[in-house]
Amino acid sequence: MEFLSKTNIDFMGKRKLAFTFSAVLVLLSIIFFFARGLNYGIDFTGGTIVEIGYTQAADLSRVRSVLIQSEFNDAIVQYYGSSTDVLVRIPPHEGLNSADISNKLIELLSTTGDSIEIRRVEFVGPQVGDELKEDGGLAMIYALLGILIYVALRFQTKFSVGAIAALAHDVIITVGFFALTQMNFDLTVLAAILAVIGYSLNDTIVVFDRIRENFHNLRKAAPVEVMNVSLNQTLSRTIMTGVTTLLVLLALFFLGGEALHGFSLALILGILIGTYSSIYVASPVALALGVSKLDLMPVVKEGAEVDNRP
Amino acid sequence: MNRYPLWKYILIAIVIVIGLVYSLPNIYGSDPALQISSSRGAEISELTELQVQIAFDEAGIKPESYEINQNSLLIRFRDEETQLRAQDIAKSALGRDYVVALNLAPSTPGWLRNLGAEPMFLGLDLRGGVHFLMEVDMNTAINKAEERYVSDFRSLLRENKIRYRTIGRADQGGVLVRFQNSAEQENGVKLIFKNYPEVQMESSVSEAGEYQAIVTLSEQSIIETRKNALQQNITTLRKRVNELGVAEPVIQQQGDRRVVVELPGVQDTARAKDILGATATLEFRMVDEVHSVQDALDGRVPAGSLLYYDRDGMPILLSRQVLLTGDHIIDAASGIDQTSGGPNVSITLDGKGARIFSAGTRDEVGKRMAVVFIETKTETVMEDGVAVKKKEIVEEVINAATIREQLGKRFQITGLDSTQEARNLALLLRAGALAAPIEIIEERTVGPSLGQDNIKQGYESVIIGFALVLIFMAVYYKIFGMIANVALTLTVILLVALMSMLQATLTMPGIAGIVLTVGMSVDANVLIFERIREELRNKNTPHASIHAGFEKAFSSIADANITTLIAALVLFSFGTGPIKGFAVTLSLGIICSMFTAIIVTRAIINLLYGGRKLQKLLI
Repeated sequence: MEFLSKTNIDFMGKRKLAFTFSAVLVLLSIIFFFARGLNYGIDFTGGTIVEIGYTQAADLSRVRSVLIQSEFNDAIVQYYGSSTDVLVRIPPHEGLNSADISNKLIELLSTTGDSIEIRRVEFVGPQVGDELKEDGGLAMIYALLGILIYVALRFQTKFSVGAIAALAHDVIITVGFFALTQMNFDLTVLAAILAVIGYSLNDTIVVFDRIRENFHNLRKAAPVEVMNVSLNQTLSRTIMTGVTTLLVLLALFFLGGEALHGFSLALILGILIGTYSSIYVASPVALALGVSKLDLMPVVKEGAEVDNRP
Repeated sequence: MNRYPLWKYILIAIVIVIGLVYSLPNIYGSDPALQISSSRGAEISELTELQVQIAFDEAGIKPESYEINQNSLLIRFRDEETQLRAQDIAKSALGRDYVVALNLAPSTPGWLRNLGAEPMFLGLDLRGGVHFLMEVDMNTAINKAEERYVSDFRSLLRENKIRYRTIGRADQGGVLVRFQNSAEQENGVKLIFKNYPEVQMESSVSEAGEYQAIVTLSEQSIIETRKNALQQNITTLRKRVNELGVAEPVIQQQGDRRVVVELPGVQDTARAKDILGATATLEFRMVDEVHSVQDALDGRVPAGSLLYYDRDGMPILLSRQVLLTGDHIIDAASGIDQTSGGPNVSITLDGKGARIFSAGTRDEVGKRMAVVFIETKTETVMEDGVAVKKKEIVEEVINAATIREQLGKRFQITGLDSTQEARNLALLLRAGALAAPIEIIEERTVGPSLGQDNIKQGYESVIIGFALVLIFMAVYYKIFGMIANVALTLTVILLVALMSMLQATLTMPGIAGIVLTVGMSVDANVLIFERIREELRNKNTPHASIHAGFEKAFSSIADANITTLIAALVLFSFGTGPIKGFAVTLSLGIICSMFTAIIVTRAIINLLYGGRKLQKLLI
């Protein structure tokens, strides 16, 4: 079976259109990010969440009414995955920030007479949250930096910039999606985004590899042509790998439970965007920087390479 | 063409066998079990086993098996109900010298265990339990060290008859010693420096014309003090965890001021928190019966006394001098007081403590002595967006009783509110005090039902995801797809085997990593197969196509995997708990899939097609 045996799509011809599309998405994401912000999970903000299992469907309004009369009047109560599972989120606030919160909460909710069971308690102190936010940002930067250096060494700076542009594009849009939907942005989502960086780069590298090979093989072709040929040659692989990865992620999304929803959604989204960006962002950027055959000839020493690094 | 030398096949076969053996333990489940270990040096022997066995026989409990290994006795049961019942029976049969903990013991068959094959270690989110991250309050540790110097200097100067005005902790840190005159200052400084060469000293004359010296801890000794405080706290925490009776606890240093405590299977987190974080200790002071309490309440506290309150809020004056601190307590047991019927704690002192105590109470018979309960609570609150540490010290007089006779090694205290409190206090006194208060800055508790659900959901998503990929590959690449499927299966087996060998912890995000590995690891095969198809399209012979396909795809595979590995390693180094699990499985998965996709697939293809004449490839 073959979906795409021998394609000849003019990807590079539509690069202006793609560029506009990407620019709009990135811009919107940035606007959402600054206007609405992310709905950070307690990993980053500090606070307490308690997941409570009820034997029957829980009555949220009753839970709320109990909490509103207590010191936890700013608690957020919601169903978690099913109607017998309730998640209570308590933001950190002055004088109430202690690991004892969960105990008090359990006591309080037992007074309604429902038979409840604690499924999960997470408490994160404010100092830990701040550290994680900082470390998370740093991790993202280190990952990008490490990759930038690897690609620059393995290929050439112009490609490296193209790859990083594609990655930044993917990260910004995925984060923008979380800002738009206000879905919970926790540690697992951050892990997913770092995995997206890995995946998207994987895709981009395969294309770049082919471009490099074709610069050698098709000596007379213009760079645009080389890129188009390379993209077509790798298209089938790009889609196949995307499909198998999406298959498992869909399994994870539907069967993996509520705790991995954000994680699998971020990955699904990231892989769709990552696949698009490895075709329409990475190569066009390298092209726009004036990549040519000379850049990849092994005999030519890249003297200026080091200076070009940002 | 397309043949592998024999050694390569043998190598692959060995890897497969090792992978199978070491991943095998994971398919056996685990039994509910009791783990009995000694809490203070008592031997675990056949005798212990016999003791428990007799108690079980009487109660009609039939365990599955008994095993003695490395100073602990493991008893397996058929179900959790029996296990819980057996715990109570074993506890009362063995007494306090033994810790009887609930445990889930892997039911790996003996021959596998002899090979050192163990199942993966399940994380707390899969088996249930509680994880704490605790921070040691280092400022208090330093303050305490300075306080020790204050009392050391005081007795040193006194013994050597050097007259000083005051010794106390300076406001800006360090210890301030004020002398009578310059000669005393000179001698005193010399003396202190001789006896405590580790401190830094600066003598001066204050604005008011007083001769003084400021003693500060050197950088080195501050680091030393911190290190000791952390180590001592870890030791104390370990003792307390042992007292709680937890199987396979993890108590680990993290960074230079934090401790991770993981207690698998613990459900009563309230008690665990109370016990682990408690800084409770006792002080014994004489009651000041001479001065008026009313005067003290009005603000005129006598120089040698301090004003305290008892549990009912009644004020009481106590001597400033501490008769004895909780440090000298070597054993404490809770019980019921014969005369009052209330809860009590019987205390045993060490030799030095007993000497101090008997000397201190000899002349005080007929007077009252108070037991002061001291607890420090530290918490971090946000104030104007900045995290601020707040400390609250509770000091209560739990009782004040007349000394009837000279006290010695053993005595008991009463006046506690409940038997639960007596039990906790006894436990804390036994395990020793923390060197500095600790604060729980992160807690993650997973109930057993959620753990079960997580395992089920994780397992299902791996299986379904795996099946989907298998079907898709077989349909799309036919024979070659089947070969890739063999490689994929082997990837998962090797990944599980590697995780088991390293005894890495499997967590829910770790399972997500396995799922992702399943999806992404076929990428290498896809690259190769697409390349082979291309070569075939270019009218190359099947054999040449296979050869070229593997050859040309290799650099893409290597580059692609190395970059993913970079991202995974960054994740790992950044990793706190959940992320680390994901990073570990993802990195190991990449390594396993490189091996299977490149070498094993090639081996199978060579085995199938090598040396044969081929007209057509089913790809």
